[in-house]
Amino acid sequence: MPARVITVTSGKGGVGKTTATANISAAMAANGHKVVCIDADIGLRNLDVVLGLENRIVYDLVDVVEGRCRLRQAMIRDKRLPELYLIPAAQTRDKSSVSPSDMVRLCNELREEHDYIVIDSPAGIERGFRNALAPADVVVVVTNPEISAVRDADRIIGLVESEEKGPTRLVLNRIKPAMVRRGEMLSTEDVLELLAVELIGLVPDDEAVVVSTNRGLPIALDGKSKAGQAFRNIARRLNGEQVDFMNLDENSSFLGRLKGLIRPGGN
Amino acid sequence: MTVLVQIKGIREGLLVTVGEGEWDQAHQALLDQLDEQAAFLQGARLALDLGNHALKAAELGKLRSDISEREMTLWAVLSNSPTTEQTAQTLGLATRIGKPQPEYPAARPETVLQAGEYAILVHRTLRSGFSLNHAGHVVVLGDVNPGAQVIASGNVLVWGHLRGMVHAGAEGDETAVVCALDLSPTQLRIAGHISMTPQRRGKPQPEMARLNDGQVVAENWDPKKSR
Repeated sequence: MPARVITVTSGKGGVGKTTATANISAAMAANGHKVVCIDADIGLRNLDVVLGLENRIVYDLVDVVEGRCRLRQAMIRDKRLPELYLIPAAQTRDKSSVSPSDMVRLCNELREEHDYIVIDSPAGIERGFRNALAPADVVVVVTNPEISAVRDADRIIGLVESEEKGPTRLVLNRIKPAMVRRGEMLSTEDVLELLAVELIGLVPDDEAVVVSTNRGLPIALDGKSKAGQAFRNIARRLNGEQVDFMNLDENSSFLGRLKGLIRPGGN
Repeated sequence: MTVLVQIKGIREGLLVTVGEGEWDQAHQALLDQLDEQAAFLQGARLALDLGNHALKAAELGKLRSDISEREMTLWAVLSNSPTTEQTAQTLGLATRIGKPQPEYPAARPETVLQAGEYAILVHRTLRSGFSLNHAGHVVVLGDVNPGAQVIASGNVLVWGHLRGMVHAGAEGDETAVVCALDLSPTQLRIAGHISMTPQRRGKPQPEMARLNDGQVVAENWDPKKSR
């Protein structure tokens, strides 16, 4: 089966695109899929650091595009998951070194031998975003429960629609259930009402994510973390499985839990 | 049937006029013409007059990359078709050039409506960053999200949440109104008057905003009241 290309994007910076890319890829690979993740953030690469593969980089995306190496040579195999590969971004160049058609060509070459290609898009709506979007079969928009992040997500969804890409799926990252309960943070329902796209993941705010990112060990491989569980669920949903949404709010009432079960699936 | 393609110089660069016909043929004719004069056109800034061709994003996007492959830049698209105009706007292309638009004597639809009374129906949600400009009335079946804007010289009706910026009567019509099922725009303008939406209490209700003694006033929609 040829691979599906999943582009992870957000518009706003710092909402957790790279963390989501690393963890979704790792969770898919742990489930036995062949996964390549591509860092499209040329000039500000991070995905290699989050995956803990920084010191293995010899060739990068721009080297492949400009023909200085073969595709295989730029693919770094993950240290724990043999089915996970990374194509890192170049650090010393900028977004204009790669064109959208280069990305399409590259992904077509990778499609035959893999199950999933996950692209980490840079923040913004310029060339880097266009590069990441061009080959996409599915667009995963990551946002936080904050007005500014939701506004940017809305803009991105509009751009994806106008390029006739998609379907678009939403990941709501860094939810603080206690704050939502006190009415101090946008709730999942508030965000979905505005964005009106299908939800594919709810990720709670978790300090362990920072630790795992710094160590280069994706949290999705940590069986105890709630955020890790959330990312594993996203990977399974992207694979077409039906997975119930977790209850993030442990202290909520029975009724609140019931509502949580009913609402998130709706669009 | 061959499609006529004309290139002429204007103050802003070059204006390429594409004649009537099937889009596939027109597209090809345009590219042939550009290839023929490639040496002369290299590095040129092109404005395209597409007449009545209605283009979707994929088609216009393809055309834009075809043109940039030939080392030319597409910066503006002129069209009689609202579809093409909208597409061009979403792709970030200008839809007007500095001087009055070329005339299309044959292209204007026969109509009994007065100028400015054309209405367009937009059956989708306008998301942040999208701007809809129309010389006439605008009806949106969907939401207008924060960060989106609707500017109309006539009235604006939104069958959904109106949370973006809306400007009715943009050419000075003080009788223009704005109606929405949930009227909570970030800013509401009628003709030259600007107002902000007060904080809403309770459930949203259908409302209509109009000018009353130079003040923007919003009233609940009351189906029993005769109008």
